[in-house]
Amino acid sequence: MIPATLSYRRASSVDEALGMLAEHGEDAKLLAGGHSLLPLMKLRLAAPEVVVDIGRIEELRYVRTEGDVVAIGAMTRHHDLHTDGVAGREVPLVAHVAGEVGDPQVRHRGTIGGSLAHGDPAADLPAAVLACDATLVARGPDGAREIPAAEFFAGLFTTALGPDEILTEIRVPRAADRGWGFEKFTRRRFDWSIVGVAVLGGSPTQPAVGLVNMGEAPIRATAVERALAAGATPAEAAEHAAEGTSPPDEPHASAGYRRHLATVLTARALERAAGGSPAGL
Amino acid sequence: MRVTIEVNGRRTEEEVEDRTLLVHHLRDTLGLTATNIGCDTTSCGACTVLVDGESVKSCTVLAAQADGAAVTTVEGLAEGETLHPVQQAFQDHHGLQCGFCTPGMIMAAVSLLEANPRPTREDVRTGLEGNLCRCTGYHNIVDAVVAASGQEVPR
Ligand SMILES: Cc1cc2nc3c(=O)[nH]c(=O)nc-3n(C[C@H](O)[C@H](O)[C@H](O)COP(=O)(O)OP(=O)(O)OC[C@H]3O[C@@H](n4cnc5c(N)ncnc54)[C@H](O)[C@@H]3O)c2cc1C
Ligand code: FES
Ligand code: FES
Repeated sequence: MIPATLSYRRASSVDEALGMLAEHGEDAKLLAGGHSLLPLMKLRLAAPEVVVDIGRIEELRYVRTEGDVVAIGAMTRHHDLHTDGVAGREVPLVAHVAGEVGDPQVRHRGTIGGSLAHGDPAADLPAAVLACDATLVARGPDGAREIPAAEFFAGLFTTALGPDEILTEIRVPRAADRGWGFEKFTRRRFDWSIVGVAVLGGSPTQPAVGLVNMGEAPIRATAVERALAAGATPAEAAEHAAEGTSPPDEPHASAGYRRHLATVLTARALERAAGGSPAGL
Repeated sequence: MRVTIEVNGRRTEEEVEDRTLLVHHLRDTLGLTATNIGCDTTSCGACTVLVDGESVKSCTVLAAQADGAAVTTVEGLAEGETLHPVQQAFQDHHGLQCGFCTPGMIMAAVSLLEANPRPTREDVRTGLEGNLCRCTGYHNIVDAVVAASGQEVPR
């Protein structure tokens, strides 16, 4: 299988990439690691006339602390994020989840920015950025804007990004002393989650729970968070994990099965988060 | 477009269609046919090669994306008649049957050992999770990779 005929352009800076998007409009598509887009292009489910390769833009590949946040360049590959010392220390949940994406070959190519911008309801990293209350930074023709993670995921393969915008940075509040847990359930080791749950333990704020593949967009399990705030135990709170969700019904995983799975995985992730922090949840 | 790739230590410069996948470039333009195409859907790992030293599935990379990079295929591992330690270990420990997965499996193992020179058996299994083998049941592949790392293989 080969992609439809296309014209390949490589951008060496964000400005150059924005210029190429402006020049080609709807005919153009950004290419990061290509590990979601190229499979779609090979199946001809996507056939952009112009592909703008932003995967090699050096100014978008970094992990660094900036005051209270860890700033992650959007073209940071899953492998680099997973093995980064600063990320592992300051935002361990995000670093861990990056290492749970696909297999080593996928992690050597795929990027956090591509993963978030793709808007795949089954992707893992959205669970982590939601639980961490990260802020996503996008640049467009009119400059940069910040989008809270909670407002970023709009639906099936849809995000708050405009067609002329580039996701440039993910800003994750530092959480070195907070417990965390991540659980994903798959059929094969390298698969996307049937259901995935990320938990960031509380203090100074309440515990936060991100859920993926429980609807058209990843969401926060607000019913679980409310129950915890009201004093429920992790096991009691996890019973609420499927509230307000509309999980997909598929031959290998019915909606009912997913609802059950969400409660089980949420309980495990909450326990893990409580165990990993001196202060408990 | 014109792509310049150092393949197995040799500089190559070729004019290719922009949509050309790296695996087709290696096999069809450069005639390096050891790298196999199995699933063609990024699942099986048969097409694994190293790009700048790291394992990637070459059915899911454009040749244009590898422009300026160094690519290693299984053809580039041996030094003359002397097999690479991972190749030799696959032979010694019967890490293959039909051999279709083997070029990709070996390249994934080389990348794994580069990152983790003394892996446990569990590390080997998770490190090779992107490579499927329909024949061996993986046991001898794990033996081969452990042996290639210089560690004792339990009998
Ligand atoms: C075999 C396999 C297994 C996988 N398993 C998992 C898994 O278990 N969990 C998981 O979460 N993911 C999984 N993935 C997907 C993987 O994580 C991809 O890397 C990721 O979804 C997309 O990142 P990318 O950099 O490859 O983006 P690309 O494929 O290059 O781009 C994806 C989309 O985002 C757009 N885009 C990219 N970057 C930007 C940007 N900076 N600004 C705006 N738009 C942008 C592109 O135009 C495109 O539409 C798997 C993929 C494969 C092939
Ligand atoms: S042929 Fe590339 S992963 Fe199967
Ligand atoms: S040896 Fe036949 S597929 Fe692995």
